[in-house]
Amino acid sequence: MATFPDLIPALPEIFLAVAAMALLLIGVFRGEGSLRLVSWLAVASLIGAGFLAVTGVGLTGRVVTFNGLFVTDPFAVFAKLLILTASGLSIILSINYLEKERVARFEYPVLAVLATLGMMGMVSANNLISLYIGLELQSLALYVLAAFKRDTVKSSEAGLKYFVLGALSSGLLLYGSSLIYGFTGSVSFERLAEVLTGTPSLGVIVGMVFVSAGLAFKISAVPFHMWTPDVYEGAPTSVTSFFAVAPKVAAMSLFIRVLVGPFGDLTAQWHQVIWFCAAASMIVGSLGAIQQKNIKRLMAYSSIGHIGYALVGLSAGSQEGVRGVLIYLAIYLAMNVGVFAIILSMRQNGRAVEEVADLAGLSKTHPLLAFAMAVFMWSLAGVPPAAGFWGKWAVFLPAIQSQLYGLAIIGVIASGISCYYYLRVIKVMYFDDVTEQLDRPALLTGAVATGAALFVFPVYIFFLAPITSGAAAAAASLFGAR
Amino acid sequence: MVNIAFFVFAAILLASAVRVITAKNPVHSVLFLILAFFSAAALFVLIGAEFVAMILVIVYVGAVAVLFLFVVMMLDINFQELRHGFLRYMPVGLVVGGILAVELGFLAATQLIGPVEAAGGPTAIPPVSELTNTQAIGHILYTDYVYAFQASGLILLVAMIGAIVLTLRSRKGVRRQEIGQQLDRKRDQVVAVRKVPTRGGV
Repeated sequence: MATFPDLIPALPEIFLAVAAMALLLIGVFRGEGSLRLVSWLAVASLIGAGFLAVTGVGLTGRVVTFNGLFVTDPFAVFAKLLILTASGLSIILSINYLEKERVARFEYPVLAVLATLGMMGMVSANNLISLYIGLELQSLALYVLAAFKRDTVKSSEAGLKYFVLGALSSGLLLYGSSLIYGFTGSVSFERLAEVLTGTPSLGVIVGMVFVSAGLAFKISAVPFHMWTPDVYEGAPTSVTSFFAVAPKVAAMSLFIRVLVGPFGDLTAQWHQVIWFCAAASMIVGSLGAIQQKNIKRLMAYSSIGHIGYALVGLSAGSQEGVRGVLIYLAIYLAMNVGVFAIILSMRQNGRAVEEVADLAGLSKTHPLLAFAMAVFMWSLAGVPPAAGFWGKWAVFLPAIQSQLYGLAIIGVIASGISCYYYLRVIKVMYFDDVTEQLDRPALLTGAVATGAALFVFPVYIFFLAPITSGAAAAAASLFGAR
Repeated sequence: MVNIAFFVFAAILLASAVRVITAKNPVHSVLFLILAFFSAAALFVLIGAEFVAMILVIVYVGAVAVLFLFVVMMLDINFQELRHGFLRYMPVGLVVGGILAVELGFLAATQLIGPVEAAGGPTAIPPVSELTNTQAIGHILYTDYVYAFQASGLILLVAMIGAIVLTLRSRKGVRRQEIGQQLDRKRDQVVAVRKVPTRGGV
């Protein structure tokens, strides 16, 4: 007779699941016009889940429950904190946008919360089954969100494209999982880590590569990046701001957990795959963005490049490398939320615009906004002393320590190239003439942009120590479990 | 007895499968498909896989085949035209069929040369005679895998919300029954007594 599983480790997830269903009921009963209420309640429940995750309800260290399907450790808590912050900020930013675009429906925050729940399941996965289920819960909600503006062709196309390609990547992942299960006889991460030592059989390696391909798709690493620019451009901007951060953090954390946990002893086998993905992502991200006129497409290529930099840390395969990736993700979160807050407030006469050229002369019309955008661009380019520089520092240093000189050189060159298009945005804002003035940004959006800008420079200095120690503890918990 | 039942159901299965692709009327094709599913379910019951049999009936007959039937009946597709290129595609079909036949031959050959059971192949633990499939699945689905089970429920909830978000439109000018309004109205709101003059009309 099986005993009742311990629910306490999964309390944040259970709380969020119940909250999502309660929000759905509130929305259904209040009908149209309940977006604002449901959104704020969603933010409140995300904060509640974050509180439960951080305090851990008295739990410390690594706890496994649900018959080994679910794990919570400092690594999961760190990733969950980033995910919840990103989701909460994205929901706050989307309220105004959805109302102005006339798609103010309460399902939006509900789906965002359910997607967040899927992401939390992903980072807490300790089994190929829970990995897949968390991933699907996240993806399915994101497909719907991408097509949320269903009356526009672009949004529907983005949703459909994301759905079809996402289904393909899920297929790759499942195929890989079935191969791994077939060749090892287990789906549990702990069991896999025990079994997979020395020289693995070919079937396991093929399976691992398929699983990596499925996950690389979710973080949009080259060569699985093709969907990113189209989906980023087509999806409603508030959804793009959501896509750009939280799912990336979740999928990246899951990727780290899978490669370091069950495949920890196969570093020699997966190292070349990650090396290639990192190098190709950095190159494609920096070269692809040069031609872009649409700022959402620009940010899509920018995110591909940044995932490449993050993968540099992972390809080092060391504890310091994983710590670097986590620091990188935290800083990436702040920069991207800020940039998207500004993109969301780009409106001319009430109409949303998304060309880089529409920012022309922003320094004369909205000097504060232009300055914030300039800070983000400096930081994204990785110019010291902005926060982005320390993120890159944190991933490149372990790579050099692991003698990955080639990757580090490619990374530095790619950073140099990427400076061009980041600085072009600044040039357009400061030196081009105003063609048509942008509307005044909404108070909340402006506040988020200002806050993020202040964080990126200079407030981050005070947070660098807690983030670094948190990331170090998270990485240590992952490597200690091996 | 079991042997006779097997041959009867297998024969029905094969015959209905042939009819699925040869029937002129697409509705008949779908109905034969349902018959084929039922016969296959009966075969599963014969080998003691009652859970798969029930799933086959519930999922394939209950949902998929009925969906097919709806599609066939609602969409006006000219199936005669679809068959037009039959001869052109036949070689490809024959090749695929040939490969399948060879694979089946291999399977039969390995069974004859070295049966899996003799080599210590998989057997159910505990044996099927002690615990049926349905019970065995029930034992672990709601205990060991309760997390996956509940999370799958959430995925289905997302699918439901998604379907509603993407397709539900509130149309204007649709007359709906409003029971509250019906019960609320008074006699003098809806009935008017008019004095109609003789040969005058209203």
